Amino acid sequence: MSVATAQSDTPAPRLIELSGVTKVYGTGAGEVRALRGIDLQIAKGEFVAIMGPSGSGKSTAMHILGCLDTPTAGNYRFMGHTVSDFDRDQRALLRRNYLGFVFQGYNLMPRTSALENVELPLIYQGLPTAERRARALDALAKVGLDGRESHDPSELSGGQQQRVAIARAIVTGPEVLLADEPTGNLDSARSHEIMALMTDLNHTDGITILMVTHEHDMADYAQRLVHFIDGRIARDTPNTPGQASAG
Amino acid sequence: MGASRATHPTRRGKPVLAETIRLALRAVWRNALRSFLTVLGVVIGVGAVIAMVIVGQGSTASVQDDVASLGTNLLIVTPGQQSMGSGTTAGVVANFDFDDLDAIMQQIPGVAVVAPVSETRMLAVAGNQNHATQIVGTDNRYLEARDWPIEAGRTFYESELRTGAAACILGQTPAAELFGGGDPIGETIRFRQISCRVIGVLEPKGASSLGTDQDDMILIPIRAFNRRISGNQDVGVIMVSLADTVEPIRAKADIERLMRERRRISPNEEDDFTVFDMEEITSMLTGITSVLTGLLSGVAAISLLVGGIGIMNIMLVSVTERTREIGIRLAIGATTWQVLLQFLVEAIVLSLIGGLIGIFLGLGLGYLGTRMLSVPFWPDLQIIVIAFAFSACVGIIFGYFPARRAARLNPIDALRYQ
Repeated sequence: MSVATAQSDTPAPRLIELSGVTKVYGTGAGEVRALRGIDLQIAKGEFVAIMGPSGSGKSTAMHILGCLDTPTAGNYRFMGHTVSDFDRDQRALLRRNYLGFVFQGYNLMPRTSALENVELPLIYQGLPTAERRARALDALAKVGLDGRESHDPSELSGGQQQRVAIARAIVTGPEVLLADEPTGNLDSARSHEIMALMTDLNHTDGITILMVTHEHDMADYAQRLVHFIDGRIARDTPNTPGQASAG
Repeated sequence: MGASRATHPTRRGKPVLAETIRLALRAVWRNALRSFLTVLGVVIGVGAVIAMVIVGQGSTASVQDDVASLGTNLLIVTPGQQSMGSGTTAGVVANFDFDDLDAIMQQIPGVAVVAPVSETRMLAVAGNQNHATQIVGTDNRYLEARDWPIEAGRTFYESELRTGAAACILGQTPAAELFGGGDPIGETIRFRQISCRVIGVLEPKGASSLGTDQDDMILIPIRAFNRRISGNQDVGVIMVSLADTVEPIRAKADIERLMRERRRISPNEEDDFTVFDMEEITSMLTGITSVLTGLLSGVAAISLLVGGIGIMNIMLVSVTERTREIGIRLAIGATTWQVLLQFLVEAIVLSLIGGLIGIFLGLGLGYLGTRMLSVPFWPDLQIIVIAFAFSACVGIIFGYFPARRAARLNPIDALRYQ
């Protein structure tokens, strides 16, 4: 990986900065204030678990961080750029080139082979076929799926499907991997395998990982735990992986 | 994964048209039956337009061919004021007589041949065979004017013409209908109370474009026609063949002037006769076919419109069905334009496939149609290209709205869609 950062003389570059971010759904009596003012800084290379009960705003925060949704108010800066000013297509290009997504439900293209699923982001980047194929095969090998390239999602187990999704998310060499309940549909053994894979990506490739989860033993893989309650950050604590599982 | 990256997060990629087309073809192929039913409207529309145009153009070409086979330097003088397509007012106006023929021959410069033509439809009988055919009272000048040789036997003798003898020359059709494979020369045929001897058979001329069989007629001396059938001394129509050196327009004007004089038409009265030149006859005949072709093509074009609406309908259904897929694509970085293009290309691919099938259907139907009407089958490349382009336009126009709907989906709403 040769992820060159432009701001080499800035100490501890702030990859992501949210300040005063709010999100309101609906209007009038039906108004739901999902985020009530979030300030959050994430540095390059961090592995952050975002936790909280359902309705606490953690998913909304994740969607805003992933540029899948826009804040109602507040400022979102990504690598120094004010994302809150980006238009729809600029957000799409940011997702394409700098972000990777892993969802609870895998969200793979049905009736499309694992290889083609992983190639998809590269198609949107406009890479030539040969390079696309090579990089997709690399990514599949990295998640331990070599030999399964031609399988359809329906021919793969849940854990394997999530690996394909991770391969698709990292194939573009993104800055940030956003994982929304990545182990929510998996059994315990499979969940730990996926978490081990993500930890490995974080360690060896330096990919920043933001993961929404409500499972404590999954969150325990992260170096930092951010707790959401009622649309606000209630706690933001460092974590040493492998120690909190008992409590 | 060692590719270098630009520093700005909104760096754009290259266009992905080839991939988009491949994707669209796959989507179409996956729902092969539904795709086929979707494009059926376009298939029928394009097929109908092409078939109509092929048959129409074949008919037109055939009409022009027929008229050309009459001889390009031919004028036809008919009684009454005739207009295109409408009936004649003949009956209240005087017919021509033999003096008119002589006058034209002698007084109009550049006239090569003048032939009288009086005709009626009758049942001809020979032995136990009968056949309804056109009885044409004329003389040998008719064959000269139409440049129509005899295949067997002979033309009329002068004496037969002068006396109005009961001699007849058969076209190919009555010859075949009445005598089968046998030789009709010297045989006797009857129509009404007239019985006449067959002296010759014309060469075949073939069917005309409007389905009339030019070979379906029997020539008799015009004096025989006058005495035994019409009971007067009139000439129905005068056929004038011009020398190559004279302009038809010029001769036409000359004849009009002469006939006004002879028929004593005062300057403020309209002609009670009409002189057609071949161009007018061509445009009159092709006018009918082009009006018909236009009408039918219009109906066909409406079915193309309906086909387009069918495509739009299915594309809207498809966009709704694939909302999650669109969400995934948006999440991994497809731009509005890329999603729009995907669905637009899919609609265009659908309509082009429909257009392609329609072209083959149209060619097939056009071939059958031209065969049935026995007109030439000359598929026009231009109309095929136009039909193809038109179906692409149908795809663009009716695919745009569903595609825009897909492209404007909010990523997170699309991803959450169940």
